[in-house]
Amino acid sequence: MNMVRLSAFACGLLFGFGLLLAGMADPAKVLAFLDLAGNWDPSLALVMTGAIGVAALPLSLAQRRAKALLGGAMQLPRRRDLDVRLIGGSLLFGVGWGIAGICPGPAVAILLTGHWQALLFVAAMLAGMLIFTALEGRRGR
Amino acid sequence: MNIDWAAFTPWSALAGGALIGLAASVFALVNGRVAGISGLLGSLLQRGAEGRGEKGAFLLGLLLAPLLWGVFTALPEIRFETGSLGLIVAGLLVGIGTRYGSGCTSGHGVCGISRLSPRSLVATLGFMASGFVTVFVLRHLLGA
Repeated sequence: MNMVRLSAFACGLLFGFGLLLAGMADPAKVLAFLDLAGNWDPSLALVMTGAIGVAALPLSLAQRRAKALLGGAMQLPRRRDLDVRLIGGSLLFGVGWGIAGICPGPAVAILLTGHWQALLFVAAMLAGMLIFTALEGRRGR
Repeated sequence: MNIDWAAFTPWSALAGGALIGLAASVFALVNGRVAGISGLLGSLLQRGAEGRGEKGAFLLGLLLAPLLWGVFTALPEIRFETGSLGLIVAGLLVGIGTRYGSGCTSGHGVCGISRLSPRSLVATLGFMASGFVTVFVLRHLLGA
């Protein structure tokens, strides 16, 4: 077994357990967090707090290294500029997130739990990503 | 603002968040990569993208997490409040938006902010703000 893939698989599992435990896999709970003017459930602010609290030091360490511990190149993003694509894309993403209460991580994590809604959402999300790739391919030519 | 104390789950939220942070930390230090789900999915859809086996392995772990969880204990509630049309529109917007915006809640919200990336900070403020506004419009203005 390839160590790089084994580690990636374990990280994915752990990430999924975190999402499930945190309540992020429940779209109704996510929408209750986004509903500031209704009966607001602040829980998800603590998910972010817990995640960033744990990841801040390791990620800043990782950023200073040239190589990952398994020997691969360190591939953290280096860009620091702001552009219209970043802001426009993020705003669009937020609208979709606000409609269904599902973002990409939970979408994958609930795909095999037997809910047709998860299958439909993921199919549409992958279609959206393919549309992006097609538009980018045309732009690049 | 009216806080729904009955629905508030601070400890499981913090603990789940900590697990997410731990997974993102190990993936960065050991594999040298950002645990950003939209980026990983995007690479999988792109022919000839770099590191597809490794990225696919992470996504496979994420995909199988609820099955393994279910072996030991009951899965948490998964409740949908959106109909078919809403799910399709939402999915398309999330797919296109996260690719143009180079990230989502995990890549920007967790990993990017942890690295103090100005791009991720702006992206996170952007999608949080438009998420809040969208729910406000749908629930309180349109009454959907």
